[in-house]
Amino acid sequence: MSVASPAVGKDSSKGVAWRSLLGRYGTLVALAVLLLVNILITPNFLQWQTLFVNISQVATIAIVAVGMTLVIATGGIDLSVGAVMALAGALAPLIFGSAFGLANPVIGLMLAIALPLVAAMACGLFNGIMISVLRVQPIIATLILFISGRGIAQVLTNGNLQTFSNPAFSYLGTGRVFGLPFQGWLAVAIAAVAFWLVTRTIHGRHLLAVGGNERAAELSGVPVRRVKISVYIICAFLSGIAGLVVVAINSASDAARNGNLMELDAIAAAVVGGALLQGGRAPVFGALLGAVIIQLVKYTLLANGIEDEVALIAKAGIIVAAVALQQGRRE
Amino acid sequence: MNQSTEDAFDLRPLLRGSGQTVGVFLALICLIVFGLLRYENFGGAYNIASFLNYNAMFILISIGMCLVIITGGIDLSVGSVAAFSSVCAAYLSPYGLQVTLPAGILAGVAFGALNAFIILALRVPPFIATLATLLGAKGGSLVLSGAETIAVDWGSNFTKLGMEKAFNLVPWSILIVLVVAIIAWIVLERTSLGRTLLAVGGGEEASSLMGLEVGRAKAFAYLFSGGCAGLAGVFLASGFGAGQPLEGVGWELSAIASVVVGGTLLTGGLGSITATVIGALLLGLVFNILNFENGRGTISLSAYWQQVIRGAFLFLVILLQMRVAKRRTATGMQLEKAE
Repeated sequence: MSVASPAVGKDSSKGVAWRSLLGRYGTLVALAVLLLVNILITPNFLQWQTLFVNISQVATIAIVAVGMTLVIATGGIDLSVGAVMALAGALAPLIFGSAFGLANPVIGLMLAIALPLVAAMACGLFNGIMISVLRVQPIIATLILFISGRGIAQVLTNGNLQTFSNPAFSYLGTGRVFGLPFQGWLAVAIAAVAFWLVTRTIHGRHLLAVGGNERAAELSGVPVRRVKISVYIICAFLSGIAGLVVVAINSASDAARNGNLMELDAIAAAVVGGALLQGGRAPVFGALLGAVIIQLVKYTLLANGIEDEVALIAKAGIIVAAVALQQGRRE
Repeated sequence: MNQSTEDAFDLRPLLRGSGQTVGVFLALICLIVFGLLRYENFGGAYNIASFLNYNAMFILISIGMCLVIITGGIDLSVGSVAAFSSVCAAYLSPYGLQVTLPAGILAGVAFGALNAFIILALRVPPFIATLATLLGAKGGSLVLSGAETIAVDWGSNFTKLGMEKAFNLVPWSILIVLVVAIIAWIVLERTSLGRTLLAVGGGEEASSLMGLEVGRAKAFAYLFSGGCAGLAGVFLASGFGAGQPLEGVGWELSAIASVVVGGTLLTGGLGSITATVIGALLLGLVFNILNFENGRGTISLSAYWQQVIRGAFLFLVILLQMRVAKRRTATGMQLEKAE
């Protein structure tokens, strides 16, 4: 690598050192800076209410970002996460709000959680097969559901906002455990399971091997296809959970908005957290940290009265900066 | 460079590409015949003009996308760049076409330059870079327009572009598209820049080692794609009488689908402008026919179905292309084994 790229050698060594330093501790530095700036300029930042709001909003990003990190670890990408959220979110109220769901509230509720997740996993299976069996590039393969998944959700709900009142289901998004939002704990629990999966199981080693060098992994007997399909199913499953949480928070399902642009948040969180787009690394807790940073940036802009549209541009800047820094770290 | 080896190397993909072109062309003819036989007004001047007018935008972004995909890249920002340019064009519409056309194209080229800078200088993968530009352009057009559609000035000649016809026959927009297509075709097939584009897609490192201007070729592709998206935005504002900051969602998918239908390999290194244009027409015709079916009441599809159908169409095309690619890898493997 170093031999074949004379252009890199032209960078001054000082610049490279600076870049790698920023790359290594950048995430924590960014978090510290963000917190400090907020304490200084954002009114009422140091309030419990602020913490609750941020935890309940960051949880969905974090849950999807964990799935995205696993996908990125295999060298892939999943653009369909937001659409899968919309699909799962659209299905749930349809199920517990149906005649059967109203007649059998308990079974209806269970089905309203289980069936959307099954549908989400089916989306993941579709992505996985497209990518590993048909060998379509991940961007293109997941682009199909990125567009049609949301379309399907809108067709199912006829594009209408579905509001509902179902306290049991809303617990997913509004419940408190030990005083903190339920979905925050859920996100941490999911990250812990994913961490265990990556570091302590054969499947996890396979996953990293596929991302590190797919051909080598295949030659040494790693079931590459199965690993890849499973990782897209996991990512879609987690997106499904996030979709349900969003619907539960709002007590309403809006197929047009649920999970909109989530793929960007999730990719940004994963990359800020230290995932390499080339694959081979799965910093699951880094993704949590990345999600917190993305959420804090959003919150900072919003709390200081900056328009949503400008926040979009800021987000685009963060993603590019994070990936560009990462490319520097790789060299 | 050994001339004869290069020719022999180039001939097979050329033939394969043209085979698919013929196939796509036949499919297009079949659909047209089907439409003519089934619907009364299908061949009417109004339908033809509005069909061409509406699809002019999609043909444009498909042409740009084709060049980008040939280099092995992707441009996801085309839809929101077109929306941005449509807002700019609507604001400038009182000054007439002589100002809005160049301004719209320039806005698009600026975003193309941003893409090229992020991809080449910051070495960010194309889909992340263009996804970020998608956001940036979307944010930009929303800020610029205050998230509202911007009415154009009907007094100037601005709306002529999208609504009037040359010699009372062909919409102006489609004539401009034709010119762009011819330029793209000449660049790709008849210039060294075009050969470099194909070479970069076939093997970037090899092209670079051969001394080809890889960076310049890639930058050109993104600039061109941006310019096409900008022009499409002017058409959008002119044809619908308003700058639309929220338009353009899913356009990239349509463009990618058209390019792939035309036989361009998503992995780069192979592609045809002619086939891409035919592919875009084919995709547009599918929607046109669905509209007619809706009108007859045979089926009843809401607007939301459009996205689903776009996705399904791309899926179908990819499946078809997989057969071509599989045959190709199978041949490659046999060669490998023979060695």
